[in-house]
Amino acid sequence: MIWNEEFETLPREALEALQLKRLVSTLERVYATVPFYKKKFDESGVKPSAVKSLKDLQRLPFTTKSDLRDNYPFGLFTVPLEQVVRIHASSGTTGKQTVVGYTQRDIETWSEVMARSLAACGVRKNDIIHNSYGYGLFTGGLGIHYGAEKLGASVIPMSGGNSKRQVIIMQDFGSTVLTCTPSFALYLAEVAAEMGVDFKKLKLRVGIFGAEPWSERMRDEIERKLNIQALDIYGLSEVIGPGVSIECIEAKRGLHIFEDHFVPEIIDPQSGKVLPYGEKGELVFTTVTKEAFPLVRYRTRDISVLYPEPCKCGRTLVRMERVSGRSDDMLIIRGVNVFPSQIESVLMNVKGVEPYYLLIVDRKGNLDTLEVHVEVNESLFSDEVKDLQALGRKIEKEIKDLLGVTAGVKLVEPKALQRSEGKAQRVIDRRKI
Amino acid sequence: MKVDQISVFLENKPGALAEVTRILGESGVNIRALSLADTKDFGILRLIVNDKEKAKEVLDRKGFTVRKTEVVAVEVPDRPGGLADIMRILAEADINVEYLYAFVQQSGENAIIIFRFDETDRAIAVLSEKKVRILEGKKVYTL
Repeated sequence: MIWNEEFETLPREALEALQLKRLVSTLERVYATVPFYKKKFDESGVKPSAVKSLKDLQRLPFTTKSDLRDNYPFGLFTVPLEQVVRIHASSGTTGKQTVVGYTQRDIETWSEVMARSLAACGVRKNDIIHNSYGYGLFTGGLGIHYGAEKLGASVIPMSGGNSKRQVIIMQDFGSTVLTCTPSFALYLAEVAAEMGVDFKKLKLRVGIFGAEPWSERMRDEIERKLNIQALDIYGLSEVIGPGVSIECIEAKRGLHIFEDHFVPEIIDPQSGKVLPYGEKGELVFTTVTKEAFPLVRYRTRDISVLYPEPCKCGRTLVRMERVSGRSDDMLIIRGVNVFPSQIESVLMNVKGVEPYYLLIVDRKGNLDTLEVHVEVNESLFSDEVKDLQALGRKIEKEIKDLLGVTAGVKLVEPKALQRSEGKAQRVIDRRKI
Repeated sequence: MKVDQISVFLENKPGALAEVTRILGESGVNIRALSLADTKDFGILRLIVNDKEKAKEVLDRKGFTVRKTEVVAVEVPDRPGGLADIMRILAEADINVEYLYAFVQQSGENAIIIFRFDETDRAIAVLSEKKVRILEGKKVYTL
Protein backbone atom coordinates (compact mmCIF):
# COMPACT_ATOMS: atom_id res chain seq x y z
CA MET A 1 0.00 0.00 0.00
CA ILE A 2 1.19 3.54 -0.75
CA TRP A 3 0.55 5.84 2.20
CA ASN A 4 1.06 9.14 0.40
CA GLU A 5 0.18 8.51 -3.23
CA GLU A 6 0.72 12.15 -4.20
CA PHE A 7 4.32 12.44 -3.05
CA GLU A 8 5.49 8.85 -3.42
CA THR A 9 4.51 8.60 -7.09
CA LEU A 10 5.34 12.12 -8.31
CA PRO A 11 6.66 12.24 -11.88
CA ARG A 12 10.44 12.75 -11.68
CA GLU A 13 10.31 16.24 -13.16
CA ALA A 14 7.79 17.46 -10.62
CA LEU A 15 9.71 15.76 -7.82
CA GLU A 16 12.96 17.42 -8.85
CA ALA A 17 11.31 20.82 -9.09
CA LEU A 18 9.96 20.34 -5.58
CA GLN A 19 13.38 19.23 -4.31
CA LEU A 20 15.06 22.30 -5.81
CA LYS A 21 12.56 24.70 -4.29
CA ARG A 22 12.92 23.08 -0.87
CA LEU A 23 16.69 22.84 -1.18
CA VAL A 24 17.14 26.54 -1.92
CA SER A 25 14.96 27.49 1.03
CA THR A 26 16.94 25.15 3.33
CA LEU A 27 20.26 26.57 2.12
CA GLU A 28 19.10 30.14 2.69
CA ARG A 29 17.94 29.29 6.17
CA VAL A 30 21.13 27.51 7.30
CA TYR A 31 23.27 30.26 5.77
CA ALA A 32 21.36 32.92 7.68
CA THR A 33 21.15 31.14 11.03
CA VAL A 34 24.15 28.81 11.50
CA PRO A 35 27.64 30.38 11.61
CA PHE A 36 29.19 27.02 10.67
CA TYR A 37 27.34 26.89 7.33
CA LYS A 38 27.89 30.59 6.57
CA LYS A 39 31.63 30.16 7.05
CA LYS A 40 31.78 26.97 4.98
CA PHE A 41 29.67 28.35 2.12
CA ASP A 42 31.68 31.57 2.07
CA GLU A 43 34.93 29.62 1.97
CA SER A 44 33.72 27.51 -0.93
CA GLY A 45 32.52 30.64 -2.73
CA VAL A 46 28.99 29.33 -3.33
CA LYS A 47 26.17 31.41 -1.91
CA PRO A 48 22.71 29.81 -1.60
CA SER A 49 21.47 32.18 -4.28
CA ALA A 50 23.96 30.64 -6.72
CA VAL A 51 22.18 27.29 -6.53
CA LYS A 52 19.95 27.23 -9.61
CA SER A 53 19.62 23.49 -10.18
CA LEU A 54 19.93 20.27 -8.22
CA LYS A 55 23.28 19.73 -9.92
CA ASP A 56 24.61 22.87 -8.23
CA LEU A 57 24.35 21.00 -4.95
CA GLN A 58 27.63 19.31 -5.94
CA ARG A 59 29.44 22.61 -5.60
CA LEU A 60 28.63 22.87 -1.91
CA PRO A 61 30.96 21.53 0.81
CA PHE A 62 30.25 18.32 2.73
CA THR A 63 29.21 18.13 6.35
CA THR A 64 30.86 15.34 8.36
CA LYS A 65 30.40 13.61 11.67
CA SER A 66 33.34 15.56 13.09
CA ASP A 67 31.61 18.84 12.13
CA LEU A 68 28.69 17.65 14.25
CA ARG A 69 31.00 16.87 17.15
CA ASP A 70 32.76 20.23 16.82
CA ASN A 71 29.40 21.94 17.21
CA TYR A 72 28.30 19.78 20.15
CA PRO A 73 25.66 19.89 21.45
CA PHE A 74 23.33 22.40 19.75
CA GLY A 75 25.63 24.43 17.48
CA LEU A 76 24.00 23.33 14.21
CA PHE A 77 20.39 23.92 15.28
CA THR A 78 18.70 26.55 13.13
CA VAL A 79 15.94 27.37 15.59
CA PRO A 80 16.03 28.53 19.22
CA LEU A 81 15.68 25.70 21.75
CA GLU A 82 12.20 26.88 22.69
CA GLN A 83 11.00 25.59 19.32
CA VAL A 84 12.70 22.23 19.80
CA VAL A 85 10.35 19.59 21.16
CA ARG A 86 12.63 16.55 21.08
CA ILE A 87 16.34 15.83 21.39
CA HIS A 88 18.00 12.53 20.42
CA ALA A 89 21.65 11.55 20.43
CA SER A 90 23.42 8.85 18.52
CA SER A 91 25.56 6.23 20.17
CA GLY A 92 29.02 7.67 19.97
CA THR A 93 31.49 4.84 20.39
CA THR A 94 34.40 7.26 20.13
CA GLY A 95 34.39 10.78 21.43
CA LYS A 96 31.26 12.84 21.87
CA GLN A 97 27.78 11.80 20.90
CA THR A 98 26.09 13.57 18.03
CA VAL A 99 23.00 15.43 19.09
CA VAL A 100 19.93 16.07 16.93
CA GLY A 101 16.82 18.16 17.57
CA TYR A 102 13.27 18.22 16.21
CA THR A 103 10.58 20.88 16.02
CA GLN A 104 6.94 19.86 16.19
CA ARG A 105 6.84 19.89 12.39
CA ASP A 106 9.99 17.73 12.21
CA ILE A 107 8.28 15.14 14.40
CA GLU A 108 5.33 15.26 12.01
CA THR A 109 7.64 14.81 9.01
CA TRP A 110 9.33 11.89 10.72
CA SER A 111 5.99 10.27 11.60
CA GLU A 112 4.91 10.75 7.99
CA VAL A 113 7.98 9.03 6.47
CA MET A 114 7.72 6.25 9.06
CA ALA A 115 4.01 5.75 8.31
CA ARG A 116 4.94 5.54 4.62
CA SER A 117 7.66 3.01 5.48
CA LEU A 118 5.35 0.78 7.49
CA ALA A 119 2.69 0.94 4.77
CA ALA A 120 5.29 0.00 2.14
CA CYS A 121 5.97 -3.16 4.16
CA GLY A 122 2.30 -4.07 4.05
CA VAL A 123 1.49 -2.92 7.59
CA ARG A 124 -2.14 -1.84 8.13
CA LYS A 125 -4.25 -0.16 10.78
CA ASN A 126 -5.32 -3.50 12.23
CA ASP A 127 -1.75 -4.72 12.76
CA ILE A 128 -0.09 -5.13 16.16
CA ILE A 129 3.45 -3.82 15.97
CA HIS A 130 5.91 -5.35 18.40
CA ASN A 131 8.57 -2.65 18.55
CA SER A 132 11.83 -3.99 19.98
CA TYR A 133 14.01 -1.11 18.90
CA GLY A 134 15.44 0.66 21.91
CA TYR A 135 13.45 3.57 23.32
CA GLY A 136 15.56 6.43 24.56
CA LEU A 137 18.24 8.60 23.04
CA PHE A 138 18.44 6.13 20.13
CA THR A 139 15.98 7.15 17.39
CA GLY A 140 14.91 3.58 16.54
CA GLY A 141 12.23 3.02 19.18
CA LEU A 142 10.41 6.35 19.09
CA GLY A 143 10.76 6.70 15.32
CA ILE A 144 8.89 3.46 14.65
CA HIS A 145 6.47 4.27 17.45
CA TYR A 146 5.28 7.61 16.06
CA GLY A 147 4.98 6.20 12.55
CA ALA A 148 2.93 3.27 13.84
CA GLU A 149 0.56 5.60 15.68
CA LYS A 150 0.21 7.84 12.63
CA LEU A 151 -0.67 4.80 10.56
CA GLY A 152 -3.22 3.87 13.21
CA ALA A 153 -1.75 0.47 14.06
CA SER A 154 -1.46 -0.80 17.66
CA VAL A 155 2.10 -0.43 18.83
CA ILE A 156 3.64 -2.34 21.74
CA PRO A 157 6.58 -0.26 23.03
CA MET A 158 8.73 -3.26 23.97
CA SER A 159 12.19 -1.74 23.60
CA GLY A 160 15.14 -4.15 23.70
CA GLY A 161 16.17 -6.75 26.25
CA ASN A 162 14.16 -9.20 28.34
CA SER A 163 13.91 -11.61 25.45
CA LYS A 164 11.81 -14.29 27.17
CA ARG A 165 9.18 -11.72 28.04
CA GLN A 166 9.31 -10.52 24.43
CA VAL A 167 8.43 -14.01 23.20
CA ILE A 168 5.60 -14.39 25.72
CA ILE A 169 4.09 -11.02 24.77
CA MET A 170 4.43 -11.78 21.08
CA GLN A 171 2.54 -15.00 21.68
CA ASP A 172 -0.11 -13.66 24.07
CA PHE A 173 -0.81 -10.33 22.36
CA GLY A 174 -0.74 -11.84 18.87
CA SER A 175 1.86 -9.40 17.48
CA THR A 176 1.75 -9.37 13.68
CA VAL A 177 4.73 -7.11 12.94
CA LEU A 178 8.19 -7.22 14.53
CA THR A 179 10.57 -4.27 14.39
CA CYS A 180 14.14 -4.67 15.68
CA THR A 181 17.70 -5.25 14.53
CA PRO A 182 18.09 -8.34 12.30
CA SER A 183 20.45 -10.02 14.77
CA PHE A 184 17.98 -9.51 17.61
CA ALA A 185 15.29 -11.16 15.47
CA LEU A 186 17.46 -14.26 15.12
CA TYR A 187 18.24 -14.13 18.81
CA LEU A 188 14.51 -14.08 19.61
CA ALA A 189 14.09 -17.14 17.38
CA GLU A 190 16.74 -18.95 19.45
CA VAL A 191 15.14 -17.90 22.72
CA ALA A 192 11.71 -19.01 21.48
CA ALA A 193 13.14 -22.39 20.47
CA GLU A 194 14.67 -22.84 23.92
CA MET A 195 11.30 -21.97 25.45
CA GLY A 196 9.56 -24.47 23.18
CA VAL A 197 7.60 -21.72 21.35
CA ASP A 198 7.08 -22.38 17.64
CA PHE A 199 7.33 -19.19 15.58
CA LYS A 200 5.27 -20.83 12.85
CA LYS A 201 2.29 -20.86 15.20
CA LEU A 202 2.58 -17.15 16.05
CA LYS A 203 0.60 -14.50 14.19
CA LEU A 204 3.76 -12.67 13.15
CA ARG A 205 3.82 -12.05 9.40
CA VAL A 206 6.17 -9.12 8.72
CA GLY A 207 9.50 -8.03 10.20
CA ILE A 208 11.10 -4.64 9.57
CA PHE A 209 14.78 -4.73 10.35
CA GLY A 210 17.54 -2.15 10.35
CA ALA A 211 20.13 -0.23 12.40
CA GLU A 212 22.89 -2.64 11.43
CA PRO A 213 24.18 -4.09 8.17
CA TRP A 214 22.74 -7.44 7.11
CA SER A 215 22.70 -9.64 4.05
CA GLU A 216 20.34 -11.49 1.71
CA ARG A 217 21.41 -14.75 3.35
CA MET A 218 20.45 -13.37 6.73
CA ARG A 219 17.09 -12.34 5.27
CA ASP A 220 16.52 -15.92 4.06
CA GLU A 221 17.42 -17.27 7.47
CA ILE A 222 15.13 -14.86 9.31
CA GLU A 223 12.25 -15.54 6.93
CA ARG A 224 12.70 -19.27 7.39
CA LYS A 225 13.18 -19.31 11.17
CA LEU A 226 10.46 -16.76 11.98
CA ASN A 227 8.13 -17.67 9.12
CA ILE A 228 7.69 -14.02 8.11
CA GLN A 229 8.49 -11.57 5.33
CA ALA A 230 11.63 -9.66 6.31
CA LEU A 231 12.17 -6.12 5.01
CA ASP A 232 15.01 -3.67 5.29
CA ILE A 233 14.59 -0.17 6.72
CA TYR A 234 17.26 2.51 6.65
CA GLY A 235 17.82 5.69 8.53
CA LEU A 236 20.25 7.56 10.70
CA SER A 237 19.57 9.99 13.48
CA GLU A 238 21.51 12.80 11.79
CA VAL A 239 19.17 12.73 8.79
CA ILE A 240 15.98 12.06 10.83
CA GLY A 241 16.10 8.51 12.25
CA PRO A 242 14.51 5.39 10.76
CA GLY A 243 12.33 6.12 7.73
CA VAL A 244 14.87 7.69 5.37
CA SER A 245 14.30 4.76 3.03
CA ILE A 246 12.39 1.49 2.97
CA GLU A 247 12.02 -1.67 0.93
CA CYS A 248 8.60 -2.29 -0.56
CA ILE A 249 7.01 -5.66 0.00
CA GLU A 250 6.13 -5.90 -3.71
CA ALA A 251 9.72 -5.93 -4.99
CA LYS A 252 12.01 -6.38 -1.95
CA ARG A 253 14.76 -4.97 -4.12
CA GLY A 254 16.40 -1.82 -2.89
CA LEU A 255 15.07 0.79 -0.49
CA HIS A 256 12.97 3.69 -1.73
CA ILE A 257 14.37 6.99 -0.49
CA PHE A 258 11.74 9.58 0.45
CA GLU A 259 13.31 12.11 -1.86
CA ASP A 260 10.73 14.82 -1.25
CA HIS A 261 12.43 15.14 2.16
CA PHE A 262 15.95 13.78 1.68
CA VAL A 263 18.11 14.34 -1.40
CA PRO A 264 20.64 11.53 -1.90
CA GLU A 265 23.99 11.50 -3.68
CA ILE A 266 26.64 8.79 -4.04
CA ILE A 267 30.25 9.90 -3.88
CA ASP A 268 33.67 8.36 -4.16
CA PRO A 269 34.75 8.25 -0.48
CA GLN A 270 38.34 9.09 -1.38
CA SER A 271 37.96 11.91 -3.91
CA GLY A 272 34.53 13.20 -2.88
CA LYS A 273 33.41 13.23 -6.51
CA VAL A 274 29.75 12.51 -7.23
CA LEU A 275 29.25 9.13 -8.94
CA PRO A 276 26.54 8.33 -11.48
CA TYR A 277 23.54 6.09 -10.76
CA GLY A 278 24.53 2.44 -10.55
CA GLU A 279 27.99 3.02 -9.10
CA LYS A 280 28.95 1.97 -5.59
CA GLY A 281 30.11 4.62 -3.17
CA GLU A 282 29.32 6.56 -0.01
CA LEU A 283 25.80 7.87 0.55
CA VAL A 284 25.41 11.59 1.12
CA PHE A 285 22.14 13.21 2.22
CA THR A 286 20.79 16.74 2.19
CA THR A 287 17.58 17.26 4.14
CA VAL A 288 15.20 19.69 2.47
CA THR A 289 12.28 19.92 4.89
CA LYS A 290 13.80 19.67 8.34
CA GLU A 291 13.50 22.72 10.58
CA ALA A 292 15.56 22.27 13.74
CA PHE A 293 18.51 20.35 12.39
CA PRO A 294 18.85 20.50 8.61
CA LEU A 295 21.95 18.91 7.09
CA VAL A 296 23.67 19.85 3.87
CA ARG A 297 25.57 17.11 2.05
CA TYR A 298 26.04 14.96 5.11
CA ARG A 299 28.50 12.12 4.60
CA THR A 300 26.85 9.03 6.08
CA ARG A 301 29.88 6.72 5.66
CA ASP A 302 27.38 4.08 4.48
CA ILE A 303 28.28 2.31 1.25
CA SER A 304 25.45 1.85 -1.25
CA VAL A 305 24.35 2.26 -4.88
CA LEU A 306 21.42 4.30 -6.26
CA TYR A 307 19.05 2.83 -8.87
CA PRO A 308 16.65 5.16 -10.71
CA GLU A 309 14.66 2.46 -12.57
CA PRO A 310 10.92 2.55 -11.85
CA CYS A 311 9.70 -0.04 -9.36
CA LYS A 312 6.76 -2.37 -9.78
CA CYS A 313 5.22 -0.99 -6.58
CA GLY A 314 4.48 2.25 -8.44
CA ARG A 315 6.74 4.54 -6.44
CA THR A 316 8.86 6.89 -8.54
CA LEU A 317 11.37 7.36 -5.73
CA VAL A 318 14.96 6.30 -6.37
CA ARG A 319 16.09 3.10 -4.70
CA MET A 320 19.29 2.53 -2.74
CA GLU A 321 20.90 -0.87 -2.50
CA ARG A 322 20.99 -2.40 0.96
CA VAL A 323 23.94 -0.82 2.80
CA SER A 324 26.89 -3.14 2.23
CA GLY A 325 29.32 -1.63 4.68
CA ARG A 326 30.68 1.59 6.07
CA SER A 327 33.49 3.52 4.51
CA ASP A 328 35.03 3.91 7.96
CA ASP A 329 34.50 0.22 8.83
CA MET A 330 36.73 -0.63 5.95
CA LEU A 331 39.69 -2.55 7.27
CA ILE A 332 42.98 -2.34 5.49
CA ILE A 333 44.73 -5.64 6.15
CA ARG A 334 48.20 -5.91 4.67
CA GLY A 335 47.16 -3.36 2.08
CA VAL A 336 43.94 -5.16 1.11
CA ASN A 337 40.63 -3.34 1.62
CA VAL A 338 38.20 -5.57 3.47
CA PHE A 339 34.64 -4.80 4.57
CA PRO A 340 33.30 -6.90 7.44
CA SER A 341 30.19 -7.46 5.31
CA GLN A 342 32.34 -9.25 2.74
CA ILE A 343 33.56 -11.71 5.36
CA GLU A 344 29.96 -12.16 6.43
CA SER A 345 28.87 -13.08 2.92
CA VAL A 346 31.70 -15.62 2.65
CA LEU A 347 30.57 -17.21 5.92
CA MET A 348 26.94 -17.22 4.84
CA ASN A 349 27.89 -19.26 1.80
CA VAL A 350 29.36 -22.04 3.91
CA LYS A 351 26.53 -24.44 4.68
CA GLY A 352 25.53 -24.49 8.32
CA VAL A 353 27.41 -21.38 9.41
CA GLU A 354 25.38 -18.95 11.50
CA PRO A 355 25.45 -15.22 10.71
CA TYR A 356 27.38 -14.36 13.83
CA TYR A 357 31.07 -13.68 13.61
CA LEU A 358 33.79 -11.63 15.19
CA LEU A 359 36.83 -10.27 13.39
CA ILE A 360 39.97 -9.64 15.40
CA VAL A 361 42.59 -7.58 13.66
CA ASP A 362 46.01 -7.40 15.24
CA ARG A 363 49.58 -6.74 14.29
CA LYS A 364 52.26 -9.31 15.01
CA GLY A 365 55.69 -7.90 14.32
CA ASN A 366 55.00 -5.72 11.32
CA LEU A 367 52.35 -7.96 9.87
CA ASP A 368 48.60 -7.46 10.15
CA THR A 369 46.67 -10.53 11.21
CA LEU A 370 42.99 -11.26 10.81
CA GLU A 371 41.27 -13.82 12.99
CA VAL A 372 37.68 -14.81 12.26
CA HIS A 373 35.63 -16.35 15.06
CA VAL A 374 32.93 -18.72 13.85
CA GLU A 375 30.43 -20.53 16.04
CA VAL A 376 30.27 -24.32 15.91
CA ASN A 377 26.63 -25.39 15.98
CA GLU A 378 25.23 -28.92 15.83
CA SER A 379 25.21 -29.07 12.04
CA LEU A 380 28.89 -28.10 11.76
CA PHE A 381 30.11 -30.16 14.70
CA SER A 382 31.84 -33.48 14.29
CA ASP A 383 33.34 -35.78 16.91
CA GLU A 384 36.47 -35.93 14.78
CA VAL A 385 39.19 -33.32 15.01
CA LYS A 386 40.10 -33.62 11.35
CA ASP A 387 36.58 -32.66 10.21
CA LEU A 388 36.56 -29.49 12.30
CA GLN A 389 40.05 -28.58 11.16
CA ALA A 390 38.95 -29.10 7.56
CA LEU A 391 35.99 -26.76 8.15
CA GLY A 392 38.34 -24.07 9.46
CA ARG A 393 40.66 -24.50 6.49
CA LYS A 394 37.75 -24.39 4.04
CA ILE A 395 36.58 -21.03 5.40
CA GLU A 396 40.16 -19.72 5.35
CA LYS A 397 40.49 -20.74 1.73
CA GLU A 398 37.18 -19.12 0.72
CA ILE A 399 38.23 -15.85 2.36
CA LYS A 400 41.61 -16.00 0.66
CA ASP A 401 40.09 -16.81 -2.73
CA LEU A 402 37.35 -14.22 -2.65
CA LEU A 403 38.92 -11.35 -0.71
CA GLY A 404 42.61 -11.93 -1.29
CA VAL A 405 43.44 -11.71 2.38
CA THR A 406 44.86 -14.39 4.68
CA ALA A 407 42.68 -15.04 7.70
CA GLY A 408 42.87 -17.53 10.55
CA VAL A 409 39.58 -19.14 11.54
CA LYS A 410 38.94 -19.88 15.19
CA LEU A 411 36.01 -22.11 16.04
CA VAL A 412 34.13 -21.01 19.14
CA GLU A 413 31.27 -22.39 21.21
CA PRO A 414 27.76 -21.44 20.13
CA LYS A 415 26.39 -18.24 21.62
CA ALA A 416 29.95 -17.13 22.41
CA LEU A 417 29.39 -14.29 19.95
CA GLN A 418 27.28 -11.27 20.58
CA ARG A 419 23.60 -11.18 19.59
CA SER A 420 22.87 -7.54 19.55
CA GLU A 421 19.96 -5.65 20.93
CA GLY A 422 21.44 -2.50 19.48
CA LYS A 423 24.37 -2.69 17.14
CA ALA A 424 26.54 -5.77 17.39
CA GLN A 425 30.26 -5.32 17.64
CA ARG A 426 31.72 -7.39 14.84
CA VAL A 427 35.26 -6.06 14.67
CA ILE A 428 37.97 -5.67 17.28
CA ASP A 429 41.00 -3.86 15.96
CA ARG A 430 43.93 -4.31 18.34
CA ARG A 431 46.51 -2.75 16.09
CA LYS A 432 48.46 0.02 17.71
CA ILE A 433 49.88 2.00 14.88
CA MET B 1 26.08 -53.96 19.13
CA LYS B 2 26.69 -50.24 18.92
CA VAL B 3 27.17 -47.83 21.75
CA ASP B 4 25.98 -44.22 21.70
CA GLN B 5 28.69 -41.74 22.50
CA ILE B 6 28.12 -38.09 23.23
CA SER B 7 30.60 -35.52 21.92
CA VAL B 8 30.79 -31.96 23.17
CA PHE B 9 32.55 -29.04 21.48
CA LEU B 10 34.75 -27.08 23.88
CA GLU B 11 36.78 -23.97 23.42
CA ASN B 12 40.33 -24.30 24.64
CA LYS B 13 39.97 -22.14 27.73
CA PRO B 14 40.20 -22.65 31.49
CA GLY B 15 37.03 -23.96 33.09
CA ALA B 16 35.40 -25.37 29.95
CA LEU B 17 35.77 -28.99 31.07
CA ALA B 18 34.90 -28.10 34.64
CA GLU B 19 31.57 -26.69 33.51
CA VAL B 20 30.55 -29.75 31.49
CA THR B 21 31.42 -32.15 34.28
CA ARG B 22 29.65 -29.96 36.84
CA ILE B 23 26.46 -29.81 34.73
CA LEU B 24 26.48 -33.59 34.28
CA GLY B 25 27.21 -34.18 37.95
CA GLU B 26 24.39 -31.91 39.10
CA SER B 27 21.98 -33.70 36.78
CA GLY B 28 22.93 -37.09 38.20
CA VAL B 29 24.59 -38.26 34.97
CA ASN B 30 27.41 -40.69 35.58
CA ILE B 31 30.38 -40.76 33.21
CA ARG B 32 31.41 -44.31 32.25
CA ALA B 33 34.26 -43.48 29.88
CA LEU B 34 35.74 -40.36 28.37
CA SER B 35 38.42 -38.97 26.15
CA LEU B 36 39.43 -35.47 25.22
CA ALA B 37 40.87 -34.63 21.84
CA ASP B 38 42.43 -31.23 21.82
CA THR B 39 43.98 -28.79 19.38
CA LYS B 40 45.45 -25.34 19.90
CA ASP B 41 42.03 -23.69 19.78
CA PHE B 42 39.37 -26.23 20.61
CA GLY B 43 38.71 -29.61 22.11
CA ILE B 44 36.23 -32.41 21.57
CA LEU B 45 35.08 -34.19 24.70
CA ARG B 46 33.75 -37.68 24.05
CA LEU B 47 31.71 -39.39 26.70
CA ILE B 48 29.93 -42.63 27.40
CA VAL B 49 27.37 -41.97 30.12
CA ASN B 50 24.70 -43.91 31.97
CA ASP B 51 21.89 -41.64 30.67
CA LYS B 52 22.68 -40.25 27.23
CA GLU B 53 19.30 -38.57 26.60
CA LYS B 54 19.53 -36.65 29.82
CA ALA B 55 23.16 -35.71 29.23
CA LYS B 56 22.37 -34.32 25.77
CA GLU B 57 19.32 -32.48 27.02
CA VAL B 58 21.05 -30.72 29.92
CA LEU B 59 24.09 -29.80 27.85
CA ASP B 60 21.91 -28.55 24.95
CA ARG B 61 19.99 -26.41 27.36
CA LYS B 62 23.21 -24.84 28.64
CA GLY B 63 24.12 -23.90 25.09
CA PHE B 64 26.75 -26.51 24.33
CA THR B 65 27.06 -28.08 20.92
CA VAL B 66 26.41 -31.77 21.47
CA ARG B 67 26.25 -34.65 19.05
CA LYS B 68 25.60 -38.36 19.29
CA THR B 69 27.87 -40.79 17.49
CA GLU B 70 27.87 -44.57 17.29
CA VAL B 71 30.97 -46.29 18.60
CA VAL B 72 31.85 -49.90 19.42
CA ALA B 73 32.85 -51.25 22.85
CA VAL B 74 35.26 -54.13 22.51
CA GLU B 75 36.45 -56.48 25.28
CA VAL B 76 40.19 -56.82 25.14
CA PRO B 77 41.96 -59.59 27.10
CA ASP B 78 43.96 -57.97 29.90
CA ARG B 79 47.33 -59.48 28.94
CA PRO B 80 50.36 -58.41 26.88
CA GLY B 81 49.41 -58.42 23.19
CA GLY B 82 45.67 -58.33 23.89
CA LEU B 83 45.05 -55.08 22.02
CA ALA B 84 47.64 -55.96 19.36
CA ASP B 85 45.59 -59.01 18.31
CA ILE B 86 42.53 -56.89 17.75
CA MET B 87 44.42 -54.22 15.87
CA ARG B 88 45.88 -56.87 13.59
CA ILE B 89 42.40 -58.22 12.76
CA LEU B 90 41.26 -54.72 11.86
CA ALA B 91 44.38 -53.96 9.82
CA GLU B 92 44.02 -57.16 7.84
CA ALA B 93 40.43 -56.26 7.03
CA ASP B 94 41.58 -52.76 6.03
CA ILE B 95 39.34 -51.06 8.59
CA ASN B 96 40.37 -47.60 9.67
CA VAL B 97 40.22 -46.61 13.35
CA GLU B 98 39.36 -42.92 13.72
CA TYR B 99 40.18 -42.95 17.42
CA LEU B 100 39.96 -45.14 20.48
CA TYR B 101 40.05 -44.83 24.25
CA ALA B 102 39.85 -47.10 27.25
CA PHE B 103 36.99 -47.59 29.65
CA VAL B 104 37.50 -46.71 33.30
CA GLN B 105 36.23 -50.06 34.49
CA GLN B 106 36.99 -53.64 33.58
CA SER B 107 34.52 -56.27 32.54
CA GLY B 108 35.60 -59.30 34.52
CA GLU B 109 39.16 -60.13 33.46
CA ASN B 110 39.00 -57.96 30.39
CA ALA B 111 39.62 -54.31 29.59
CA ILE B 112 37.07 -52.41 27.53
CA ILE B 113 38.19 -50.26 24.62
CA ILE B 114 35.88 -47.84 22.81
CA PHE B 115 36.50 -47.74 19.04
CA ARG B 116 35.31 -45.20 16.51
CA PHE B 117 35.54 -46.74 13.02
CA ASP B 118 34.95 -45.18 9.65
CA GLU B 119 32.89 -48.27 8.73
CA THR B 120 31.18 -49.24 11.94
CA ASP B 121 29.00 -52.09 10.63
CA ARG B 122 31.78 -53.81 8.74
CA ALA B 123 34.09 -53.52 11.75
CA ILE B 124 31.48 -55.22 13.94
CA ALA B 125 31.06 -58.01 11.41
CA VAL B 126 34.80 -58.59 11.09
CA LEU B 127 35.40 -58.59 14.85
CA SER B 128 32.43 -60.86 15.57
CA GLU B 129 33.63 -63.35 12.99
CA LYS B 130 36.98 -63.54 14.78
CA LYS B 131 35.16 -64.18 18.06
CA VAL B 132 36.13 -60.85 19.57
CA ARG B 133 33.61 -59.92 22.24
CA ILE B 134 31.62 -56.78 21.61
CA LEU B 135 29.54 -55.34 24.40
CA GLU B 136 25.92 -54.24 24.02
CA GLY B 137 25.14 -50.57 24.65
CA LYS B 138 22.76 -51.49 27.45
CA LYS B 139 25.50 -53.33 29.28
CA VAL B 140 28.08 -50.58 28.77
CA TYR B 141 25.88 -47.78 30.14
CA THR B 142 25.28 -49.67 33.39
CA LEU B 143 28.68 -51.24 33.98
